[in-house]
Amino acid sequence: MLEFFWSYVWPVIIMVAQSLMLLVILLVAIAYVLYADRKIWAAVQIRRGPNVVGPWGLFQSFADLIKFVLKEPVIPAGANKGVFLLAPLVATVLALAGWAVIPVNAGWVIADINVGILYIFAISSLGVYGIIMGGWASNSKYPFLSALRSAAQMVSYEVSIGFVIITVLLCVGSLNLTDIVDAQNGRFGLLNWYWLPLFPMFVIFFISALAETNRPPFDLVEAESELVAGFMVEYGSAPYMMFMLGEYVAIATMCAMGTILFLGGWLPPVPVAPFTWVPGIIWFTLKCLFLFFGFAMVKAVVPRYRYDQLMRLGWKVFLPISLAMVAIVAGVLQYGGLAPK
Amino acid sequence: MIVPALFFYLFAGVCIASAFMVIAAKNPVHSVLFLILAFVNASGLFLLLGAEFLAMMLVVVYVGAVAVLFLFVVMMLDVDFAELRSGFLQYLPVGALVGAVFLAEILLVVGGWVIGANVPRAIAAPTPSPVDISNTEAIGLVLYTRYLYYFQAAGLVLLVAMIGAIVLTLRHRENVKRQNIGEQVARTPEMSIEVRQIKSGQGLS
Repeated sequence: MLEFFWSYVWPVIIMVAQSLMLLVILLVAIAYVLYADRKIWAAVQIRRGPNVVGPWGLFQSFADLIKFVLKEPVIPAGANKGVFLLAPLVATVLALAGWAVIPVNAGWVIADINVGILYIFAISSLGVYGIIMGGWASNSKYPFLSALRSAAQMVSYEVSIGFVIITVLLCVGSLNLTDIVDAQNGRFGLLNWYWLPLFPMFVIFFISALAETNRPPFDLVEAESELVAGFMVEYGSAPYMMFMLGEYVAIATMCAMGTILFLGGWLPPVPVAPFTWVPGIIWFTLKCLFLFFGFAMVKAVVPRYRYDQLMRLGWKVFLPISLAMVAIVAGVLQYGGLAPK
Repeated sequence: MIVPALFFYLFAGVCIASAFMVIAAKNPVHSVLFLILAFVNASGLFLLLGAEFLAMMLVVVYVGAVAVLFLFVVMMLDVDFAELRSGFLQYLPVGALVGAVFLAEILLVVGGWVIGANVPRAIAAPTPSPVDISNTEAIGLVLYTRYLYYFQAAGLVLLVAMIGAIVLTLRHRENVKRQNIGEQVARTPEMSIEVRQIKSGQGLS
């Protein structure tokens, strides 16, 4: 009995505790990421942004949370009830599931699996189901149009993200996320990270991540001037909050993925004394926030794309460039004698 | 050993149940959603076998791309449920025949496993030990090194199919204004603006 406890129950308890800790920290971080997003956006437009709840409006996200949870969820009469309620759950749960494999520091990861990067890619490609299901189950025109748009948009940009991942994997020789970060460790600090040798792919990854998470300028899925609020038109209160949460967690996942693939994960930018004393998780967080600042600034300064321009960018610009880069990088690695192992 | 067994029965049970619901569900969109659930559970079964790469590929390719397009098409169809049900008895013999052939084939494969003692060994022999090589690497070696030409041939077949689909649906319409991004970007102020001095009291001729 005691053996059963130590071999089966104890590991489960540890894993649940780790997951809970990660979830709580992640969700609190998301609350402030949302706040930061609104503040940055406001600052660009010379407004104040949220400044009423708490000092400098710091508790705004929590006030929003309470408001959403206490309101009555309304289910439209014509909606397909089961799918309608399942959609926000799918969106949030899938977005959070991606964090199971993300290493935030050397060895700080819940599941250090061999195919970590493929797992994140697979989970993020499932994110589209929340939107399609929500759009279809609402049984209304705008949500349905939005669902169709999102299906096409997310599938198109997944292709280029896939090729970006392949080029990085060619340089690393492993699909394990910890290995990917370790491969960027070197004497020159931030010059060793993959953003420099693979700079075009970094740019493509950043733009595709914007499209994949339906952020402006690619927020055609919820373009106010065309579709009111897109797939979320019929949603209110807690289900709506779950969609918002899923969206922001997906953005955080994309930032973490960019950090791991191109910005050296938890590695310090300059590998000398004062920088190496700082714990890796701080560097990881700072790099994620740097990428998120990019996301927020793009939202504030770039006008929305037209739908056909979005499709053109994905299929006629990014796809050929990333495909060519895969071939070029593979050729350079093979014939330059730089291939791993 | 009890935990993998529990997960096996969980994945297998949900997989079979959702596969049944694919044909039993009244609403075609629900059918596709159950099909997706079946795919996800099948990838769980792959994980239990230690084929993590195949499991992830199943999710990326089938759930993440193929099923999305499937759902996309089914959502847009205006399906008449009564009409869908009407031909049930008429198509039953054909469906039963296909099912019977499939069942027989599966029985033969599994039966061979039980009857011929050499078969499991023959199947297991070419598989290298998972300790020496990760299964991503093993699949890569088989697919891109040993059977490269077959792989290329398969790719060529898919390319031809893709071009065929494009040729069938491509139409060139006359008198349609198209946006040429390169032309727009290449425009300079000199090409598009003309500055003229106009004397007061006179218009442009």
